[in-house]
Amino acid sequence: MMLTDLTIAQARDGLRAKQFSAVDLTMAHLHAIEALNPRLNAYITVSHAQAVNQARAADAALAAGDARALTGIPLAIKDLFCTAGVRTTAGSKILGPFVPQYESTVTANLLRDGAVFLGKTNMDEFAMGSSNMTSAYGPVENPWKRRQDNTAVLVPGGSSGGSAAAVAARLAMGATGTDTGGSIRQPASFCGLVGVKPTYGRCSRWGVVAFASSLDHPGPLTRTVQDGAIMLGSMAGHDPKDATSAAAPVPDFEAACSRGVKGLRIGVPKEYHSDGMPADVEALWQQGMGWLRAAGAQIVDISLPHTKYALPTYYIVAPAEASSNLARYDGVRFGSRHDGEDLRDLYERTRAEGFGPEIRRRVLIGTYVLSAGYYDAYYLRAQKIRALILKDFTDAFTGVDALLTTTAPTAPFAQGENMDDPIKMYLNDLFTVPANLAGVPAASIPAGLDANGLPVGLQVIGKPFDEETVFAVSAAIEQAAGFTALPSLRAGG
Amino acid sequence: MSLDHATVRRIASLARIRVEDHEVDALCHELNGILGWIEQLNEVDVSGVAPMAGGTNMATGNHAVPMRADVVTDGGYPDKVLSNAPERIGDFYVVPKVVE
Repeated sequence: MMLTDLTIAQARDGLRAKQFSAVDLTMAHLHAIEALNPRLNAYITVSHAQAVNQARAADAALAAGDARALTGIPLAIKDLFCTAGVRTTAGSKILGPFVPQYESTVTANLLRDGAVFLGKTNMDEFAMGSSNMTSAYGPVENPWKRRQDNTAVLVPGGSSGGSAAAVAARLAMGATGTDTGGSIRQPASFCGLVGVKPTYGRCSRWGVVAFASSLDHPGPLTRTVQDGAIMLGSMAGHDPKDATSAAAPVPDFEAACSRGVKGLRIGVPKEYHSDGMPADVEALWQQGMGWLRAAGAQIVDISLPHTKYALPTYYIVAPAEASSNLARYDGVRFGSRHDGEDLRDLYERTRAEGFGPEIRRRVLIGTYVLSAGYYDAYYLRAQKIRALILKDFTDAFTGVDALLTTTAPTAPFAQGENMDDPIKMYLNDLFTVPANLAGVPAASIPAGLDANGLPVGLQVIGKPFDEETVFAVSAAIEQAAGFTALPSLRAGG
Repeated sequence: MSLDHATVRRIASLARIRVEDHEVDALCHELNGILGWIEQLNEVDVSGVAPMAGGTNMATGNHAVPMRADVVTDGGYPDKVLSNAPERIGDFYVVPKVVE
């Protein structure tokens, strides 16, 4: 077996048993990146020298008997996390020259636990997108191919598309992502990975470039449920620097993976059956219910009556918060500048030059819904409907322990598809957005392949701060699915 | 509610994003497409519902944000703060002349 094929758990054990060194493991990944990244474009920045230094330090720690949760494990970091001394672009031209002087709390936690950072991954600009097509650093190719047509270039999903492509193609053992409306779970589904969006407040947002602060959730993308638990355990924890960070203790997520589902009640929301859903995606969902039933869980039909309003609510709340958060990009304190006749002209030209079309669209929508005379009709109304969406979940969880749905309405599509109308692209997040509005934890787990041989994920949604049940149910699905298919483009493939 | 050209120019100006004359029409069309789709929210009865902003422990319904002690805990490194400035003189950011 190649080193790049190991899971994080296997690599952790191999490093501790001295079967290979952290430098060996990191070099294997750097070579894979060299070979495949020119085609996949999963990384915007590869930090070769830093990775080798961190791997040497990991070997020294291992030799000294100081092995931590992720000592020597090579990871990829979404280019939305500020990394001290390493350029952080958020996928935008406006942050092209930006080199943070500080480390985000989540990446600092990973470094504390001994992780090696291979580089910064590509993403939709400011995390606004579901295909990685809005990146100012070019699109990312999904390593998976259609069985009948291996020439079509498919999208990896988004916005954490570079992270997903890197982990799927074995250019990293795991990666950080962020999920504002589905940006971890949808790319996980599109690339055959496990993606976890924890409870709001579980992972600190400090040092993560802000998109929509009440919806942004950092989380991991990995190849197994256990690996997701290991990574989240390191990323999570209270942070006084983020006022919305939860003071709750971090449970042993890895232990929760082997709990089983016997006796659990799993809700299946009727509103998640969509008219246009492909038959094979629907069939995999039914299959998922069967697996959980066979493992001892009880499947219960439930209703989340406001589901259809989640996406339009999101497209008021998220742009409103984005228009406010992105006001900081003014060409004065950091980022790129475009000179103008006076200060106002400098602002306007800097922002017109620096933001891509999707950012401009959302900042304008956000500015409009917050503007005098429209605030009550749009923004306040959306906040009330958001409360109703949370109530749907709260009511459902009085009778069930977790929910099972599909992650995305379709399998991965080709680059250029769904680009003619913004709303078509937004519909990708139909089933993922409600968990962001409610702040409840959710994960996507690869369940099988569609008729084209492309991965399809199932989503498990849990109660607030009960990621443990999400991991238990996810692990049961993973075990029953026995998902062993591999993408066509991968290290050594 | 449908946006006209003047409104698009006004919100672009509020957002400090330069929009060229030839872009206004297409932008107007796109934004109206999105706002038209959002109109379906008017079907929902929201009477008596308290708005939800999100925030800490959002999912548990406890919206209280903790207070911290009002003391200086960080700072004192102007070079770090200014290291990404597009233009600086000494410890200052440089902008076009604002006051005549």
